[in-house]
Amino acid sequence: MAVLTVLTVIGGNAYSRQLVQGLAVTGMTDQVSWGAYIANFTYLVGVAAAAVMLVIPAYIYRNKDMHDVVLFGELLAIAAIVMALLFVVVDLGRPDRFWHLIPVIGKFNFPGSMLSWDVIVLNGYLLLNLHICGYLLFMKYMDRKPTILFYMPFVLVAIAWAVSIHTVTAFLYVGLVGRPFWNSAIVAPRFLGSAFTAGPGILIIVFQIIRRMSTYQISDRALHILRNIVTVSLLVNLFLLGCEAFKEFYSESVHSSSAKYLFFGLHGHDALVPWMWGAMAMEFAAATILIIPPLAQRISLLNAACVLAIVGIWIEKGMGLIVPGFVPTPLGNIVEYVPSLNEALVCVGIWSFGLLIFSWMLHVSIPIMSGEFRHQSKEV
Amino acid sequence: MNAPRGTQGGALDPTLQRRSFLKAGVGTMAALASLAGISAPLRSVNSGVSLDAFLQQHYKRLTPDLLDQILRRIENEVARDYGAKVTVRDIRPMDGVEFGYALNLSRCNGNRKCVEACVQENNQTRDPQMQYIRVLEMPAGSLDVEKSDLYYDHEQVPAKGKYYLPVQCQQCQNPPCTKVCPVEATWTEPDGITVIDYNWCIGCRYCMAACPYEARRFNWKQAEIPPEEINPNMGYLSNRIRPMGVVEKCTYCLHRTREGQYPACMEVCPTGARVFGNMLDPDSEINYILKNKRVYILKEDAGTAPRFFYYFDV
Repeated sequence: MAVLTVLTVIGGNAYSRQLVQGLAVTGMTDQVSWGAYIANFTYLVGVAAAAVMLVIPAYIYRNKDMHDVVLFGELLAIAAIVMALLFVVVDLGRPDRFWHLIPVIGKFNFPGSMLSWDVIVLNGYLLLNLHICGYLLFMKYMDRKPTILFYMPFVLVAIAWAVSIHTVTAFLYVGLVGRPFWNSAIVAPRFLGSAFTAGPGILIIVFQIIRRMSTYQISDRALHILRNIVTVSLLVNLFLLGCEAFKEFYSESVHSSSAKYLFFGLHGHDALVPWMWGAMAMEFAAATILIIPPLAQRISLLNAACVLAIVGIWIEKGMGLIVPGFVPTPLGNIVEYVPSLNEALVCVGIWSFGLLIFSWMLHVSIPIMSGEFRHQSKEV
Repeated sequence: MNAPRGTQGGALDPTLQRRSFLKAGVGTMAALASLAGISAPLRSVNSGVSLDAFLQQHYKRLTPDLLDQILRRIENEVARDYGAKVTVRDIRPMDGVEFGYALNLSRCNGNRKCVEACVQENNQTRDPQMQYIRVLEMPAGSLDVEKSDLYYDHEQVPAKGKYYLPVQCQQCQNPPCTKVCPVEATWTEPDGITVIDYNWCIGCRYCMAACPYEARRFNWKQAEIPPEEINPNMGYLSNRIRPMGVVEKCTYCLHRTREGQYPACMEVCPTGARVFGNMLDPDSEINYILKNKRVYILKEDAGTAPRFFYYFDV
């Protein structure tokens, strides 16, 4: 916690510097006008959406094992959305004009702009999850049985909503005719495939930490259900990536240059090539471990596979999707992008802050869930 | 950012109380120290955003009185920050006018005088120099911009076997940039010019990602222009000095063209490659060209329907 706090403060300091000197302290340029901030934002929206993969078995199929852990998935979604929103805020040139986005007071371009859709779905998803988690935790704390009418309708809405947050985020990019690399119908399904891999992957790791650090019982079966979800999603994600690669490279149209830049380099510029192949190697290694049952059943190898998938997808969805959309530019100019130190510190700060909120929420909710912390005590 | 406390209930045992008191104290100190650490760079700010500027409404919602106050405030801000006395006006579109621009690629020789004039006229930041017009050096026999060179540097232009393709804002009839703006900070005026309210833009740069012509630029930091180089004739929606953190673009020099002058890039062009005028006027030169030359537009497949046309004069 102390380390996270320190990192958050360093990130906050870096952001203040950016506020004073402008976005010039980042590595972004007119040519590559979105970078690490938007890449992290995209990844985190996926992590948030992934909570749905626990919600469906827990609430719809009434799976007992998932029921015990679904709340932690929803808390992770809350932390991820908060981080995603922060990444958007730090990317704004004029955060002081944030109020222009508020309907009526400001001027909200709805339904024209996909970004205004994104504002609605992200904040809506945050509220839904806050309500569901808050209500269920409060009832548990009061030792009362939750009334199904007060949470079930919200759960059902949240399921569709989770898909929508990542779809709308994908449509932010898909809708741009001038960027052929993004202007592809497969982007939203790919987003969901990668999200449902990375999100449950993170939860597998988190649940083992919870098991070790607290007395709360998380069954092996819950981990195994998550492992199956990660496996299927990762295979789907790799399949879709293959579909995209086929379309780009077999047809070899002029619109393939961004993909060429990403995988092989273009006119001697190849900053992303090792990253992308690294990401692919990680995802393939993770997939190999996961599809061979004797390997995947060993918890240490499962963890390794999850870490590989989490990092691999972070690279693929971040640098591998956002940056090549800008390289080459619509007029054929090649400018490469490397995040600056200040930009990296802001990113670290936001991640630390998000993990801080997440661990704080776990600190409060685990004693409630295990029944150690109840209303009877005098101090409330 | 404070350390979480009070998550465990329990009896009020004095040692526990003392410990939680100490914890709270350390927590508060840490929080104060954090706040100081986070905000340290903010102390070096000299010209913050005034309350009036912060609360300023969208251009289209301003009353004439309010707009007038704002124009005066902006003039004062330029005087304060750049030491230059300037006039900022709000110049409205003329009735019955839709501007069009045509460029004769047979005549353009890539001398880039238009680029220089544009920077001067429109008060673009000089460090790093921002330019609205990009002149692409193209190999003969190709229309593929990816084969172009933006940074050509010859003793003499035109270079053998090359032709030149200047690209600036195409003032599209179906602009992708205005559609994506989440706060309607950019829109197309009745005379066909797409403008930005620099005091309403939130700097998300979505419009830059949307533009197929790379026509938009962002103010990554405070604009730097020597006072003696500032063009004092400024329009609210065009060439006034843009604040940090907002997007800007070519406006066909609307502060000139809406008063019957030519855009700076056309006026300066030594080869006469540029033709500008009212497309609704049957007698205008632009109309003659659209009717009689074989005109084409850039990236027609993007469906943006530009008001900027190219032609070869042979």
